[in-house]
Amino acid sequence: MGRKLLLEHINVPGINTFDVYRSKGGYASVEKALKTLSPDDVVEEVKKSGLRGRGGAGFPTGMKWSFLAKPEGVPRYLVCNGDESEPGTFKDRYLMTHIPHLLIEGMIVASYALGAKTSYIYLRGEMMPQIRILERAIAEAKNAGFLGKNILGTGYDLELYVQPGGGAYICGEETALLESLEGKRGNPRIKPPFPAIAGLYGCPTVVNNVESIAAVVPIINEGGDEYAKIGIGRSTGTKLISAGGNLKRPGVYEIELGVPVEDFIYGDDYCQGIANGKRLKAVVAGGSSVPILPANLILKTINNENRLMSYESLSDGGFATGTMLGSGGFIAYDEDQCIVRNTWNFARFYHHESCGQCSPCREGTGWMEKVLHRLEYGHGKMSDMDLLVDVSKKIEGNTICPLGDAAAWPVASAIRHFRDEFEWHVTNPSIAVTNNYGLAHYADPLPKLETAEA
Amino acid sequence: MKVTIDNISIEVEAGTTILNAARMIGGEIVPPAMCYYSKLQGSGGKCRTCLVKVSQGSEKDPRPMPKLVASCRTTVMDGMVVQNITSPEVIEARKGVVEMLLINHPLDCPVCDQAGECHLQDLGYEHGAAKTRYEFDRRTFDKIDIGDKIQLHMTRCILCYRCVFTADQITDHRIHGILNRGDHSEISTYIQKAVDNDFSGNVIDVCPVGALTDKTFRFKNRVWFTKPVEAHRECQTEGCCGKVTLWYKGEDVIRVTGRKDEYGEVEEFICNTCRFDKKKTADWVIEGPRKVSNKSVINSNHYDTLKPLPVVKTNPVLQEANKEQFERETRL
Repeated sequence: MGRKLLLEHINVPGINTFDVYRSKGGYASVEKALKTLSPDDVVEEVKKSGLRGRGGAGFPTGMKWSFLAKPEGVPRYLVCNGDESEPGTFKDRYLMTHIPHLLIEGMIVASYALGAKTSYIYLRGEMMPQIRILERAIAEAKNAGFLGKNILGTGYDLELYVQPGGGAYICGEETALLESLEGKRGNPRIKPPFPAIAGLYGCPTVVNNVESIAAVVPIINEGGDEYAKIGIGRSTGTKLISAGGNLKRPGVYEIELGVPVEDFIYGDDYCQGIANGKRLKAVVAGGSSVPILPANLILKTINNENRLMSYESLSDGGFATGTMLGSGGFIAYDEDQCIVRNTWNFARFYHHESCGQCSPCREGTGWMEKVLHRLEYGHGKMSDMDLLVDVSKKIEGNTICPLGDAAAWPVASAIRHFRDEFEWHVTNPSIAVTNNYGLAHYADPLPKLETAEA
Repeated sequence: MKVTIDNISIEVEAGTTILNAARMIGGEIVPPAMCYYSKLQGSGGKCRTCLVKVSQGSEKDPRPMPKLVASCRTTVMDGMVVQNITSPEVIEARKGVVEMLLINHPLDCPVCDQAGECHLQDLGYEHGAAKTRYEFDRRTFDKIDIGDKIQLHMTRCILCYRCVFTADQITDHRIHGILNRGDHSEISTYIQKAVDNDFSGNVIDVCPVGALTDKTFRFKNRVWFTKPVEAHRECQTEGCCGKVTLWYKGEDVIRVTGRKDEYGEVEEFICNTCRFDKKKTADWVIEGPRKVSNKSVINSNHYDTLKPLPVVKTNPVLQEANKEQFERETRL
C-alpha cells in the first residue's frame, strides 16, 4: 500500500472538525506558506511538484497558475471546481464530506499564491450536505483566524465563499462554471479569451479541481521536490480513484500514480477483484467520458507491457488501444454487463446534459442516443455502427467545449472494441433484449505483436 | 497584419476575425455564417458552420491549431495561414454541421415565408446531402404566441442566439430568451409575454431561418414573386435610420424590411413603425430597385422583361426582316 497524502487521517474520528484537523497537523501549510514563502515561491513549489490537474485534462497546475495575468488594480480570483458530475466519479464529494478542512487549507494557500482576495468554491447543487459541511468548516477556520482579514497577522486577507450551482454537468466546464457563478445561464464561453486573462467578472481567474487544490497542502508541507518523487514519470503524486461497478470492494482509494491496473483491481489493498466471482469484461478508467477498454487491453498495453494507473500508461496506444486517466472514475464491468446498454446509458447522459449552444453537440448527442436506444432494444441495423462512428467523428473537435468530445469518445471506443457485441444485438434482436453477450473474447490474452524483419 | 486564406493573402488590421478577413477578400473562400452577425456584439461561435483550419498560427509561432476553429470568433495573427475550401477536413466538418442543423429542421420550405431568402436553405443547397440519415421523429415544440407582429416557429429555429443579442443591444429591454437546455432549448418569452418594443421587429431580419417571421406578411406571397425597392422616409423614432427595402407585389407594398447586404446582414436597423405601419407607397421616398444577387431566387423575378415580342408587320419587306429577327431571338 502506497503513501497517503490526502486521506492520511481520514479515519480519525472528528477529522471534519477544525480542532481535530488542526491537532493532526492541519493548516501547517498555511502557516508555512504565508509566513515563510512568497506567492511566487508557492507557485514555484507547485511547478516543481509536477502536479497535474485532477479534474480530467491533466494540465500541469503550476503552469496554469503561472499563466494567470496580473494587471494592476484588477482583482484576481481562484475558483474551486466542485461540480463533480461525471458518472463514475465521486472522489471530490468524499473528500469534501469527510475532510473539508483539507480543501479549505488548500484554498488558502492557492489563493495566497495567486494573490486572490476572494475565492469561491463552486459546488453542484445536489451536494447540499457538502455545502453545509464546507460552510461550517469555513466558519470554524474564520474563527480560528485562518480566513478573513489579516490572516495569522501576515496582512493577507481572504474571503472564501461556497456557491451552489443548479446541478448541471456542463457547469463543470470552467467557462460555463464561471457563467453560472456570475448568475447566468451555464453556457460555455467561446475561447479565447481564456479564464487566465478574462474569467470571472472579466478578471483573471484560475479554476482548479477540488483534488488539485487539496494536493497543494502536502506539496507545501513536504516541498515540491519530495512530492515529485512519488509517482512515476510525469505522473507525480497520489491520485484519488473512485472505484465503482462490479468490484468486490468499491470506494475511494488514494493511490500512488504508477500502480499496475491489475494490482488495483485484484490487489488486497485495493478493490480485491470482481464481485461474486465473476470475470472482468471491460473497464472505463477515468469517468464516463474516456474511452472504454476491454479487459485484455486495460491490463496490458498493446505492446504486452503491464498497464499502470498513470496519465501516460493509460493513454498508451492513443485512442486506438488506450484510454485516459481522466478524473479517476474507475468503473469495472463484469461478464454480465451489456456494453451496448452501457453505451446507450452514457449517450443518454450526454444528450441530457448538452447545453444546446452549438449545433454538433446539441443535435449529435440526441441522434447518437436514439440510434443506441434502437440497437439496445433490438431494432438496430448493421449500418448503425458505421453511422454512430461517423456521427461521433463529426461531433468530436467541432464543438465549443469538450462536452462534445466527451460524448463522442465512449461511443466511438465502444464500437471500436466491442463491435461484435453490437452486431450480435442486430443479428439476435430477440435474445439481446433478455440475455447478455457475455465475456466472449474480451479477456483473451493479446496476440503477440509481429515485429517487422529488419 | 498579413493573413493568407486559401492561398490568397491580404493585409488586415489587428483584431480582425478570420471571417471578416475572408469577407474582405470575398468570393468562394468566405466561410458561411449562420449565427455570426457583424452588427451584434458577442454573436457567433455557436453554429460551427464557419469552421476553418489554421495550418499556421502566426509568423512567430508557426504551429497549426490543434482543432478546427470558428473563424467568426478567432482573430488573425500576423502570418497566419488559414485553409477553408482547400482543406478536405473543413469541408467534411462543415458537411457534418449542416447535417446536424438539418436533422431536426422540419423542412417545411413550401409553406415557410422565409423560403427564398433563407440562409439554411442556401447552406443546405451548397453543403448538405441529398438524403437524410436521420430516421427518427423530428423535434417539435408547443406553439407559443409572442405577439401580433412576430410569428415564432420554434421547430425551424437553429438557436443562433441572434435575436437574443438583438433584443439586448437594439431594443431597450429583452423579454425573450433561451429556455431549457440541450436539444430541448427553445426561444421563448417568460410566461407567454408578447414581444413588443419599438425595435422588436429586427429579430425578424436577423433570424437566418424561418423561425421568426413577419406576421403581417404571413402567407401573403413567396418572396421571389415580390419586387424589392429601396426607399426611405423621415422617421421620427429615435435610433431608426428610415432606410428600408419595400417588397412590392403589383402596386402594393406587402412587406418592409431593413436593407440586407450580400451576407444577409442588415445595413442599419429600423423601427417597428417603418416595418409594420407604413405600407403605402405614399409614405416613402422611392430610391430605385434593389440590386439582387443573381444567385438568389428572388432574382428570377426580373424588373425589366426581355425585349418586347416581335410585332407582326404588314409590309412584306419588313415581314421578311421580322422573320429573321424572330429566328434570331428564338435561337438565342
